[in-house]
Amino acid sequence: MSVLIYTENTDGKFKKSIFEAVSYARAIADANSTDLTAVSIGNVNADELALLAAYGADKILNVTSSNLKNFVNQAYASVIAEAAKKTGANVIVLANTLSGRGLAPRLGAKLEAGVVEGAVALPDQTDGKFIVKKTAFSGKAFALVELTSAIKIIALTPNSFPVTENSKPVQVEEFNVDTDPANFKTMLKEIVRSTDKVSLPDAEIIVSGGRGLKGPENWKILEDLADVLGAALACSKPVSDAGWRPHNEHVGQTGVVVSPNLYIAVGISGAIQHLAGISAAKVIVAINNDADAPIFKVADYGIVGDAFEIVPQLTAAIKQKNKA
Amino acid sequence: MKILVCISNVPDTTTKITFTANNTQFNTNGVQFIINPYDEIALARAMELTEGGKGTVTVINVGTVATEPTIRKALAIGADDAIRINAEPHDAWFVANQIAQYIKTNPFDLVFTGRESIDYNGSKVAGMLGELLHIPSVSIVKKIDINGQEATVEREIEGGKEILTIPLPIVAGAAEGVAEPKIPNMRGIMSARTKPLAVVEPVEVKLIEEVISYELPEPRGQVKLAANAEQLAELLHAEARVI
Repeated sequence: MSVLIYTENTDGKFKKSIFEAVSYARAIADANSTDLTAVSIGNVNADELALLAAYGADKILNVTSSNLKNFVNQAYASVIAEAAKKTGANVIVLANTLSGRGLAPRLGAKLEAGVVEGAVALPDQTDGKFIVKKTAFSGKAFALVELTSAIKIIALTPNSFPVTENSKPVQVEEFNVDTDPANFKTMLKEIVRSTDKVSLPDAEIIVSGGRGLKGPENWKILEDLADVLGAALACSKPVSDAGWRPHNEHVGQTGVVVSPNLYIAVGISGAIQHLAGISAAKVIVAINNDADAPIFKVADYGIVGDAFEIVPQLTAAIKQKNKA
Repeated sequence: MKILVCISNVPDTTTKITFTANNTQFNTNGVQFIINPYDEIALARAMELTEGGKGTVTVINVGTVATEPTIRKALAIGADDAIRINAEPHDAWFVANQIAQYIKTNPFDLVFTGRESIDYNGSKVAGMLGELLHIPSVSIVKKIDINGQEATVEREIEGGKEILTIPLPIVAGAAEGVAEPKIPNMRGIMSARTKPLAVVEPVEVKLIEEVISYELPEPRGQVKLAANAEQLAELLHAEARVI
């Protein structure tokens, strides 16, 4: 028994969701009195790799081949499968990021391993079983899934497990495997960076607007609030359908399902599909002029009133607090 | 060009989710089933890519006879023919193996899935199909164009997007932005009744996962209303400790 974690990097840096996944994988390794090996692919410097040891990796396999600099799920899956073979891993953990979602099922099919995407808790290993809780029905429920394959793969939902320091001596080993050219058919032509300051799927705070804002020209007040909070912007489905905001900001059952610490819904009435997408938010705030709006049924805090007055006041109040 | 669109039969998005049999079964009582919304986007894009006689669109579903209305709807939207693999869709691994098996003897240039199904949210079938067929897959596609034997695909990444070029055949998981879903017209609905729907028996697959039970999220407490923005900021700071 041994645990392997794939630590995806973004331009050479690990995001918080990766440290969460390392902490989670460490906890599984500890529960089974075994080792945790991290595999990093691409250009990551020694200082950044050392952080993986700080969160509990006993060993780090560092893959730096030039043909693996850019993410190709097919090639990455074959490298991670090799790392799993080398370490004898029977649990493989990834973060359930946009890339992780393309990678985990390929890896699963390659290793004939059961895959839980969107895990929200540590596996329950009572009586030698391996049962993982995951979100289902787009946030409307959870499913407990038992994996019975020899190798088990878990992709952890961001913001669902705390980052835990658990310092180990830094042990980095260069690990390069030849991969079949057939795995490199996908060519990266271009990366287009969005101007968003914070990306939605791993945001800790989200400011979200609905039809109550009346038009795209009124988004400035949400942008200002998001700025003081370091928050990502989001919207409801009618807003993205109307073209006021891009589709990738749509939170809900058929959009992004989020799990922030704080979700501020402004002018969003709270259709069942929207509520599904935010059910994992730790704290929900509603600002709406309709006291009967369903959003208040799920909100922890709220103000009934005119968003155009309240939002700028809230921004000012938070600015004041940030100064204090 | 031959396009295959994998569709799943899922509860309508307005469904209130409940469970029966001691939380081990999804309660389908009174639930309306639809084509998974992302699969509908994939189907719409497949129609666009084959417009004007440039190819054919086949839909495939792993399901019992109960899913045939959903398959007929896909035919009404415009698919040319349909395949139903006659089995309960146990999980993504089972479904991907069934579809891969079919594709091995009936090759396609482009295989679409939705980015995920709105019931189990695994995002798994596209990647598994790619691996089982040893062809490239892109799981969350925001845009796709085909030029001869090459696909240009936009993939969503954290903080932006990647533009990829990939030789066909590929598997693509369609997300919002790929196309606008199409509504069937009367002619489509009429012709759907006579379009071919072949039923294929499943192959044996060793199962490796099982849903043991379901849980509903904890009900949230009563909302605490603040009188004004200052008070709200104070509550979020001092009580909820989120800012």
